[in-house]
Amino acid sequence: MAVLLIAEHDNKSLKDSTSKAMTAAIALGGPVDILVAGHSVRSVADAAAKIAGASKVLLADDTQYAHQLAENMAALILELSGKYDAILTPASPSGKSYMPRVAAALDVQQISEIVSVDATDTFTRPIYAGNAMQQVQVPSGTKKVITVRPTAFKAAELSGTAAIETIGAAKGPGLSEFVREELSKSERPELAGARVVVSGGRGMQSGENFHLLEKIADRLKAAVGASRAAVDAGFVPNDYQVGQTGKIVAPELYIAVGISGAIQHLAGMKDSKVIVAINKDEEAPIFQVADYGLVADLFKAVPELDEELKKQGY
Amino acid sequence: MKVLVAIKRVVDYNVKIRVKADQTGVDLANVKMSMNPFDEIGVEEAIRLKEKGVVTEIIAVSVGPKETQETIRTALAMGADRGILVNTGGQDVEPLTVAKILAAIAKAEGPQLVILGKQAIDDDCNQTGQMLAQLMGWPQGTFASKVVIDGDKAEVTREVDGGLQTVCLKLPAIVTTDLRLNEPRYASLPNIMKAKKKPIDEKSPADFGVDAAPRLKVLKVSEPAKRIGGTKVKSVQELVEKLKNEAGVI
Repeated sequence: MAVLLIAEHDNKSLKDSTSKAMTAAIALGGPVDILVAGHSVRSVADAAAKIAGASKVLLADDTQYAHQLAENMAALILELSGKYDAILTPASPSGKSYMPRVAAALDVQQISEIVSVDATDTFTRPIYAGNAMQQVQVPSGTKKVITVRPTAFKAAELSGTAAIETIGAAKGPGLSEFVREELSKSERPELAGARVVVSGGRGMQSGENFHLLEKIADRLKAAVGASRAAVDAGFVPNDYQVGQTGKIVAPELYIAVGISGAIQHLAGMKDSKVIVAINKDEEAPIFQVADYGLVADLFKAVPELDEELKKQGY
Repeated sequence: MKVLVAIKRVVDYNVKIRVKADQTGVDLANVKMSMNPFDEIGVEEAIRLKEKGVVTEIIAVSVGPKETQETIRTALAMGADRGILVNTGGQDVEPLTVAKILAAIAKAEGPQLVILGKQAIDDDCNQTGQMLAQLMGWPQGTFASKVVIDGDKAEVTREVDGGLQTVCLKLPAIVTTDLRLNEPRYASLPNIMKAKKKPIDEKSPADFGVDAAPRLKVLKVSEPAKRIGGTKVKSVQELVEKLKNEAGVI
C-alpha cells in the first residue's frame, strides 16, 4: 500500500509529530513517501529523510506553502494523491485544516485523530473527548485519508537515508492570503511535545502566580500549561490550554497544580506516563487519575517543591 | 448579506456518557441533548454580524433526527431568522454527508459566509467546515477567534500552535469557530416566544440527491482504558523522592 505522509514543520525544523505519525504510516504497509511543503525548507527535508521507513522525501519549496494555507496545501496533496492508497498527517492545527479538504475532493470519509492502527483497514479513534473509543473499518478499495494523534505513537527512529526529490508547486487556488502571525515567545519547550508539563488551574488565583510554576518548569525543562478554567479566568493565553478543546498532551510527567480535574481537562492529559496532582481539596477528581497526589495548599507546596528540586541539583 | 450557520444536536456538554454494554455505541436514551457548544458560538457570531449591520439574514441549518427541530428553535430564539432541518430519520450521518447537504443548501441560498463549529463534541471529527469549503471551492478560516468582514473580504484570526495566525479570505468563505470567538447569549423569554413563529423548512437528504449511508463501518465502541491512580504522598520531599527513584521521570 503506497502511503503519503505529510510532514509538520515551521519551515525551520521538522516537528517530532512527523516521526510519530510515521509509525502509523509504516503500520499500513508501505512504501511511505514524506511530503515536505513549505518555503526555504531544505533543512526540514534533510531531517525528514532521516526518518526510518521513508522511501523518499518529496520537497515542494514555494512561498505559497510558507504558512501551510489549507487551500494551497490541499491543492498540492490532491495533485499527488493519485499514486497513493493512503494519505496521513499529524492532527495539528494545519493538518486538521487541510486534510478534510483533501478527503472531500477525493469523495472519501476522513478518519480523524487515530490512536492505533488495528489492521491495515481498521483504526481506533477517541470520540466524546476520549470518554469512548471507536473502532472503524474502511471499505476495501477506498483511499484512506487519516489524521494521526501523535501522542499515541512512538517516534520512528532517525536512522534513515531517504532520497530527496524536488517537486513543483501546484497551481495555487488564490482564495486566501496570509496576513500576520502572533506567536508567543518562550524559551521553554512546546507544550505538545514536552517531556514534562507543569499545568495550573483556577486554584492559581491569578496570572502572576503562574511564575511559581515557571520556576518549577525551568528546573525540569518543562512546558507550562493550564486548564480551561485558568484560561477562561484570563490567567494565561489560550495556547496554554490542555484539554479536549485545547492541546492533547502525553508527556512522561504531568504535574497538575490547583486543577480540579474536569472531564474536559482529563481528556487532554490522561495518557501522560506519570501524573502528579497538587490540590488542597482531597475530593478533587484529579486525584483519581494521579499516580502521586499531594493534598496541600499549592502556595506552600509549590515553593517547597522548588526548594527541594534546587536542593537535589535540578 | 446572507449567512448560513450549521448546528448539530449533541449530548449535552455536562453529561458523562456511557458506552453501551454490547459495544454498538454510546447510550443516548434519556440523555440531555443540546446544541454543540462550538455551533452556539457560530450562531452568536452571525447575530453579532447582523447587529453590526454586516449581515441581513441568518439561516440556521441542521442535519439530524426530527428532534433537531428543538435545537434549531434555540438558534432562532438566540436571533437566527429562519431554519432548515434536514431530517435524517435517525440515521447516523458522517461529516462528508453533512458537508454535501450543506453544499447543496449553500448553492441554493447563496450565502456569503457559512459559519460552523470547529468540531462536534460527540464524534470529535473536525471535518465538516473544511469539507464544505472544498466542495464549494471556497476559502476557509478554521479555529477562528476573531472575524472581521471588510467588503468582499473576511479577515479571520485563527488559533494555531503557539499563538494566532490571521488570514484574509475572499468571500464567499467558510469560518469554523473556536472557543474564544465570543460568549454566546442566552435567549430571552420574549425571544423564545417569538422564535416559535419563525419558519423551519423540513427537508430530507434525498431532496438534495445525497446518499446518507455511512462510508465507514463502526466495528465497536468501547470504554477507554481506565487509569489507576489514587496514590497519595505525604510531603513534597516524598513526592520528589518517588518521582526520582520509583517513577524515574526526573
